[in-house]
Amino acid sequence: MTSNSLSDKPVGVIGAGNFGTVIANILAINRPVLLYARNGHTVKHINHKRENRHHAIHSNITAVNDLAKIAHECDVIFPMVPSAHFRTMMKSLSPYLQPYHILIHGTKGFDVTLPKGETIDSVSVLNRKSVKTMSEVIREESVVVRIGCLAGPNLSKELAQRQPAATVIASHFDEVIQTGKKLLRNDRFQVYENHDIVGVEIAGVLKNIIAIAAGALSGLGYGENAKGLLVSRGAVEMIYLGRALGGDVKAFLGVAGIGDLVTTCNSPLSRNFTVGYRLAKGEKLHHILTDMGEIAEGVNTIQIAKKCANHYKIRALITDRLYKVLFEGMTVEAALEFLMRFPLSADIDFI
Amino acid sequence: MEILEEKKNKNKPYKPILEDIPDWPVYQLSKNRAEFILEVTKLTIERIKALKPQRKQLTDDLEATVYREQNRIKRNKWRADPADDSRFWSGIKSELVELGNKSQEEAEKLTDSILARIVHRYASEIAGNFRQTSYRFARSVIKFGFLRLLNGARIKKFGAFFRNRYTLRDKIQIVGKVKMIRNLARQGTVVMVPTHFSNLDSILIGWVIHSMGLPAFIYGAGLNLFNIKIIAYFMNSLGAYKVDRRKKNLPYLETLKMYSNLAIQKGAHSLFFPGGTRSRSGKIEKQLKLGLLSTAIEAQRSLYMAEGEPKKVFVVPVTLNYHCVLEAPEMIEDYLQVKGQDRYFPEQDKYGSFGLIKFLFKFFSNPSSISVSIGPGLDVMGNYVDEKGNSLDNTGRIIDTRDYFVSNGDISIDRQREDEYTRMLSQRIVTEYHKINRVFASHLVAFVGFQMWQKKHPKLDLFSLLRLPEEELELDYQEFKTVFKKVRKQIYLMKENGKINYATHLKGKSDGAIQRGLDNVGVFHLNRPLIKNKKGNIITKDLSLLYYYHNRLVGYDLEQFI
Repeated sequence: MTSNSLSDKPVGVIGAGNFGTVIANILAINRPVLLYARNGHTVKHINHKRENRHHAIHSNITAVNDLAKIAHECDVIFPMVPSAHFRTMMKSLSPYLQPYHILIHGTKGFDVTLPKGETIDSVSVLNRKSVKTMSEVIREESVVVRIGCLAGPNLSKELAQRQPAATVIASHFDEVIQTGKKLLRNDRFQVYENHDIVGVEIAGVLKNIIAIAAGALSGLGYGENAKGLLVSRGAVEMIYLGRALGGDVKAFLGVAGIGDLVTTCNSPLSRNFTVGYRLAKGEKLHHILTDMGEIAEGVNTIQIAKKCANHYKIRALITDRLYKVLFEGMTVEAALEFLMRFPLSADIDFI
Repeated sequence: MEILEEKKNKNKPYKPILEDIPDWPVYQLSKNRAEFILEVTKLTIERIKALKPQRKQLTDDLEATVYREQNRIKRNKWRADPADDSRFWSGIKSELVELGNKSQEEAEKLTDSILARIVHRYASEIAGNFRQTSYRFARSVIKFGFLRLLNGARIKKFGAFFRNRYTLRDKIQIVGKVKMIRNLARQGTVVMVPTHFSNLDSILIGWVIHSMGLPAFIYGAGLNLFNIKIIAYFMNSLGAYKVDRRKKNLPYLETLKMYSNLAIQKGAHSLFFPGGTRSRSGKIEKQLKLGLLSTAIEAQRSLYMAEGEPKKVFVVPVTLNYHCVLEAPEMIEDYLQVKGQDRYFPEQDKYGSFGLIKFLFKFFSNPSSISVSIGPGLDVMGNYVDEKGNSLDNTGRIIDTRDYFVSNGDISIDRQREDEYTRMLSQRIVTEYHKINRVFASHLVAFVGFQMWQKKHPKLDLFSLLRLPEEELELDYQEFKTVFKKVRKQIYLMKENGKINYATHLKGKSDGAIQRGLDNVGVFHLNRPLIKNKKGNIITKDLSLLYYYHNRLVGYDLEQFI
């Protein structure tokens, strides 16, 4: 079994965004932390002002700008960078990684490798040969095999306020789960275990689709009945898609599935929710995206999920309608009408 | 009929890497056989007790073992089983019954003694019996016998029996990383893991190892093979240890794993068929048995934990490629019968000593050749290694395999971790099988033929398709040729990307390649799976057999090019 005492080596966190900073703060309660930021200014800012993105920085945290240093000094590293940059980050980190490293990532998103000259928009077929989860990217790009993932209803803001919350650490390795638990757990943060890492990762990504739909319903001015309908049917659709992509049903019923889904559908501040909300108000997608200046992960996810659903011959009605709204000019009302008229019978047929 | 002739092999035979048999690890192992068995027994008992810490759990397991063993004796008795089998197990049974009447302390003692006797019995049964003299004898008999058969059978002239025009090396082509495996065998312990299609594999691979100049390997051979007296003799003398697939009880499996584990630790090069049994479907194994595979990983970890310069364990995947597998008709029938039900079916061997000789004669009299592809060396995590045995990552950087077992700076024992590593290794081996698999013309014609028929009947599932009367199946030759060329081109492309390999005879004019394929596919069978009719079109005499040979190329996504 894993030894009980973790050494006093620092823990690494890569990515000083909102979530990265909050996780670094939680880790810092138990251990010294090296926090990597890409930007030299951010590093200086964190180290001198002891503040980042309006979060106070724990005294155990040292910001660094050197991936080699992180790899050399830490056995356990938490990569927390957006999925769009994840593979590039892994390529730069990989030369310094050794088989003894443990990586636990907290990134929700897919990595898509496309043939030259193609975009997610233009490519006709997507399947699991080109769509990867972050743990698969780590495996492909490095020698690290002891990989875990962190997922669940973890809004950075609430975590920072030390409101009660829980997360799931998923890994094929007990050792990784136990290590992650020891490092992260405190009296305000519960940690659950799951062995289906791919299922947990996929659940974390697919919920973004439903978040956009939740925003849209809210934008149309509908209330809680509609949301209940969306969350439950959305969960079923996630399960269908998730199974086709290689996840197990159980992951979707847990904290990282339903838990995260409910949270996201109820947080009007999230980017995905906002996209849906403004779409329902009649704005055009490109306008919303330029206006927000930030990526809403869900928009990409809908394209990927739609094309994968086609490839694996899965019926994913919500995803399909959202795709039409986003890219084919369908109105939110028309999409909703279609869904309400669609002849469906069985409530649950996957257990 | 055009006969497929592989070019005569011009390579000189490889020199043995260790000249004297007494230097061979397998010899050392058998010289101290009794001691080794005791060591296996001792460590197995420790392991079982760690797995079943409470006496209740242990006695439950022992009771289950006795029950299963008595069942086995009743239902499925083999010639290779020891004579006192029945007596031994009923003795154990009555002792287990008595346990209830004993005091705590006595019961404890008796349980330990029962466990010890069972494990020791298993260890003695599994242990190989390598003898220097009989190895030399067996080796020369095999060589001489094969050679005579080969020459006598092939050159049909009086006196040909005593000529040496052909050698085994012409018959059996060894391709791939031979030099590398010779290097690795000098530096560490090699664990060879071949695909398993035919009973012939066990003998063939023994010869291959010898002809590569490697010392004898110990290898896990199915106990069923020991039912045949001649094979039993050769197996024993070639360093085989026995694997009895009927015994699925905990003490047996743990003893077997410990035997393999310790032998690898002691530097005995080992071989086992990780697919477990012969591939019934003719497909390259996708699911490997993890039990013996895990011993390579465990042995490596133990070696890293031991004092002194650690020896490295190298895993070498090997594929055996045949134009014709003698047992194919029975195996595919078995496969089709149990498909989807996944139930156990008993091993049946229809060949006695005489049947075997007949088989060998058929084998050698036929020009159909065999090729053995030696894959690149891997470390126990499935990383490629260089000539010096260093593990490499994807970019070619040298990494230390030891680090995979390190946690917080030290090597730790973590069974769950190693189970996962075993699964990863098995996936890597399967991938490697597909890469080194050498496509023969016969495999390709079978694949193209079957897939074309499948495509012509898109609504039929496999079983309905196989029920179609053979007379109704005919493929226009030109059509067949077009598809053949298309798929062959894909295989060329895949080879450039390192995804597959093919035999040189696959190349050349497509008419010639197709002819070579048709002439060789399933050539020993009464009903040929694929032939040309008088009109020059392609027909089959046995669709199930065609399905079997076609399966060799399943798993490459080639179906889309039909």
